Amino acid sequence: MEPINQDTVQSLLDAFVDKRVYIHVEITSGMYASHVDQEVFNAGTFVRNVQVNIVEAIIKKAENDQYRVGIKLDNGGWIYVIGLTHFIVNEEAEFIMHGFNYQGKLASALELSHQPFRK
Amino acid sequence: MEKENHVLVVFPHPDDEAFGVSGTLSKYRDMGVPVTYSCLTYGDMGRNLGFPPFATRESLYKIRAAEVEESARLIGIKDLRLPGFRDKTLEFEEPGLLTNLIRDMIVELGTTRIISFYPGYSVHPDHEATAEAVIEAVASLDTEKRPALQLVAFANNTFDDLGDPDIVVNIEGYEERKKQIMAAHKSQTGPLLESLAADTHDAKELADQWLKYERFYSYMV
Repeated sequence: MEPINQDTVQSLLDAFVDKRVYIHVEITSGMYASHVDQEVFNAGTFVRNVQVNIVEAIIKKAENDQYRVGIKLDNGGWIYVIGLTHFIVNEEAEFIMHGFNYQGKLASALELSHQPFRK
Repeated sequence: MEKENHVLVVFPHPDDEAFGVSGTLSKYRDMGVPVTYSCLTYGDMGRNLGFPPFATRESLYKIRAAEVEESARLIGIKDLRLPGFRDKTLEFEEPGLLTNLIRDMIVELGTTRIISFYPGYSVHPDHEATAEAVIEAVASLDTEKRPALQLVAFANNTFDDLGDPDIVVNIEGYEERKKQIMAAHKSQTGPLLESLAADTHDAKELADQWLKYERFYSYMV
């Protein structure tokens, strides 16, 4: 993976507009977050292999080389992820964005693909 | 440690075997005891993708499958089973599915001892789902066919509730092998191994924690 380049990622996002797209969306603090620190309220999610139709997808820069992506859907819905830092297009042509926290652990993910992700 | 007919190890994630029990498993293998390791998921939802990251959410399963294969090779396990459930989802699988999988292995393999997690004291929902399925599988067998249970507990309230572990395995002589086994999980263990290798007070504490004894609780169904 490499650190997000806003222009590159924007053009990669553009290639998914007006297409039927499989998504993987994830936010996580890890299953041990409140075991390690009882003050932590542990919330997280992942959504995988849901199909959507994208009408607009935009990346915005935040502080500390972190980025936000908002994706508008044809049914009026949205996908919104903050805290993204890295990206890659892998050998399966899956467009993967990850956000690594200050300890180098995955904190957020947004992935788009024309084919279903692995089950 | 007795010379068991067969030891079945059931954990949900590649590397669950490495820290807590790999010295014990290595000792069993060196005694000639057959050991089967059923690792229920690929740990494919892990947050550690290498330090610095060399995996993605999509490639992690391949990397961790290779890591657990290497770990099993170092331990001497000839029978590694990877049914490939999705990480984090075990507790939501159809009731009975894991239980039947585990029960079938016990019957097939003539298991006399199971190493797994302790229900209620193993923190991660996948650990708890695994522990519950193991207990249910054993409980479903006739009393004389039930393997002994040797379980890992590490919730913060473990000592308060369960007291001291009643099975303590001295793994003296296995330190280097265990370090290699932990290092086999390199997508997961980078910082920990660096801490272990450092010449510091913390490193000594870590070595004392991981490389001298392995601690378990027996459990009666």
